[in-house]
Amino acid sequence: MSSENAYYVPHDAKWPIIGSIGLMLFFCGFSAQLNNTPSASIVTMIGFLVLVYMMFGWFGEVIDESESGAYKSSEDASFRVGMIWFIFSEVMFFAAFFGALFYIRNFSVPWLGGDGSGAITNEYIWNGFEAMWPTNGPGEVGGQYEKMGAWGLPAINTLLLLSSGVTLTWAHWGLIANKRKQLIFGLILTVVLGIVFVGLQALEYSHGYHDLNLTMGTGVYGSTFYMLTGFHGFHVTVGAIMLTVMLVRSIKGHFTPENHFAFEATAWYWHFVDVVWLGLFVFVYWL
Amino acid sequence: MATVTDSLDDHHDHGPAKGLMRWVTTTNHKDIGTLYLIFALVMFMVGGAMAMVIRLELFQPGLQFVDPGFFNQMTTVHALVMIFGGVMPAFVGLANWMLPIMIGGPDMALPRMNNWSFWILPFAFAMLLGTFFMDGGAPAGGWTLYPPLVLQGGNGFPFMIFAIHMMGISSVMGAINVIVTILNMRAPGMTLMKMPLFVWTWFITAYLLIAVMPVLAGAVTMLLTDRFFDTTFFSAAGGGDPVLFQHIFWFFGHPEVYILILPAFGVISAIIPTFARKPLFGYSSMVYATSSIAFLSFIVWAHHMFTVGLPLQGELFFMYATMLIAVPTGVKVFNWISTMWKGSMTFETPMLFAIGFVIMFTIGGFSGLMLAIAPADFQYHDTYFVVAHFHYVLVTGAVYSIMASVYYWIPKWTGNMYSEKLGQWHFWLSTISVNVLFFPQHFLGLAGMPRRIPDYSVQFAEFNMWSSIGGFAFGLSQVFFCFIVYKTIKGGEKATDQVWEGAEGLEWTLSSPPPYHSFSTAPEIK
Repeated sequence: MSSENAYYVPHDAKWPIIGSIGLMLFFCGFSAQLNNTPSASIVTMIGFLVLVYMMFGWFGEVIDESESGAYKSSEDASFRVGMIWFIFSEVMFFAAFFGALFYIRNFSVPWLGGDGSGAITNEYIWNGFEAMWPTNGPGEVGGQYEKMGAWGLPAINTLLLLSSGVTLTWAHWGLIANKRKQLIFGLILTVVLGIVFVGLQALEYSHGYHDLNLTMGTGVYGSTFYMLTGFHGFHVTVGAIMLTVMLVRSIKGHFTPENHFAFEATAWYWHFVDVVWLGLFVFVYWL
Repeated sequence: MATVTDSLDDHHDHGPAKGLMRWVTTTNHKDIGTLYLIFALVMFMVGGAMAMVIRLELFQPGLQFVDPGFFNQMTTVHALVMIFGGVMPAFVGLANWMLPIMIGGPDMALPRMNNWSFWILPFAFAMLLGTFFMDGGAPAGGWTLYPPLVLQGGNGFPFMIFAIHMMGISSVMGAINVIVTILNMRAPGMTLMKMPLFVWTWFITAYLLIAVMPVLAGAVTMLLTDRFFDTTFFSAAGGGDPVLFQHIFWFFGHPEVYILILPAFGVISAIIPTFARKPLFGYSSMVYATSSIAFLSFIVWAHHMFTVGLPLQGELFFMYATMLIAVPTGVKVFNWISTMWKGSMTFETPMLFAIGFVIMFTIGGFSGLMLAIAPADFQYHDTYFVVAHFHYVLVTGAVYSIMASVYYWIPKWTGNMYSEKLGQWHFWLSTISVNVLFFPQHFLGLAGMPRRIPDYSVQFAEFNMWSSIGGFAFGLSQVFFCFIVYKTIKGGEKATDQVWEGAEGLEWTLSSPPPYHSFSTAPEIK
């Protein structure tokens, strides 16, 4: 095989070891913070900065290689397959929390209320507890609270995220048709919609904590609510950062109508985050 | 790296860099495979040392050497180290070494990420083992991490949680790499149904890894927030349920045990045909059986929880689904036996370990079938019978297959033959001692000895003493194994390219050891 067809195998990768050190510092620092070790937050911060440095360096190297034409169709195929399976792993990560929510709503709460095989538990330990949703459990953990409504901010957020999917697709059409302005404008709209979403989510949390007494400590309702929406919000933030990188690259003149895998991967990720939100809206807010 | 064009031109005759940094920055699948295998061997010894402490304490009834708290730390960390540090990295090492060669590719598809998958592990295990030196010691609630017990641990708890997160990140990246390599790096003509079974079983294993490691990540995250951020996922007072953790954990945990054994099936399916000098019997049925096992592994998890108070329908469903797994597993065992039937067999060390695997893994499979029967499990649950069962499938199953593959491929890796005489000694010492070690534990369990205790009633004394003697002998045999590996790396009779007379597959067409870049020209597949 001639060398111009050879699969691109990079050498001397220094970023992975930097990433490993960063990960360890970050996690060790955070663990020590949880144990109330003094000044552990410095270690967490250093670890975080090392990770950011690693990501800038590693992605930068890959972008340089991509722009200099090192990647051809077979490398491109590897990236595509890799990204699809990465998103599948994310699906399973959320599945764990959705699974917990369904189990709690369909089994553990009704059982505590005396349903089925849990009748004895109700009679002897939690007598008088009636199963309902939402609940902070028979121990009323976290005290009085109010439910987060579905048709205020969450409905607006649904609209925002769905529109961001449309604007992103519109940007993609611009990229394919080589209309750079449409690409850039579409990306800007998408990033703005993403940021507004995260902002509204923060507003909603503040409303929950200050007005509704709905906290992470509000029994299983608070636990599942903040865990699911929190991890989703984190993913939206990551997605918005990825989109911003795509925007900067688009302004710099990267990507061609034929070759723009990074853009597509980001778009896939964004749509995935979008679909997760629909699940959240239905099962966490609405039903 | 230098510049892109530079490395495009260079990399065909590019040899390894010199010094320690070669191993830190390498992107070569063989270097990374070697790192994984050495790491796994070191962890095997670390976890083994903990097992020795356990067997020492259990040598006699009463408390002699360690306090019960430390004993619990030993059982917990022994399991975590052996599963996540020993068996899984060993198989990923084998995958790294062999997959690109077996499918005729130049390297793994994502070489930099491959490096990161490995280099996360030493840091993750430094964190996990570091918990021994913290306030409250290492985690001691069992490797299954059940709340509320695990939440009562000391300062080591969050470190353990994040160490598990790092192992998960490493596994998922490694698995993505395996899948991409298999889908995208095959030589022209290497159709899916021509791939060696080791490639097939790893393909399915990687799928399982990507499906369940994130679920474990979710489960341990909920543990973390339950302890530090006031959530009540696993507390009934808040409407949660400690059993919920068990469901999520075993939704990961059961596919996990197939992650530990499917690559072993692939290895055995490579070795038995070589030494029986016959093609594998029922290749396609092996592929379908592996896929069926993977599918079934997702719907059997609650058989680990028969005694927590599941509804009757749950008990029945999980009992029958579990028994179904015996069907594809039986297909595999019968295929291996049929492959040997009327073959011209010879019994070099890899074949001995492979036959040992088939017999002793099947013993473990049968005790698994006994445990699958819900009413019977009420008696066996959390006894030494369970310990005997999973050590038969994991030690004489997974670990035996890893040893078989080391003897099988080490001539290819190093260019040197191992000493056949020492290999045979290692096999017989291991096989006799491992049965002295684990077989009596069946009887202990049936007689009612619970697992995870440092002290026991005197009627269990004799079998425990036998078991400990077997344990020490098995431990020493593995030190001997390290010596054999070291000796082979250092020198020995030169191996031919073919190595084994009856061996088929692309790895035997390359020199021993293979060139630094495996197939820079794609081989022709007949």
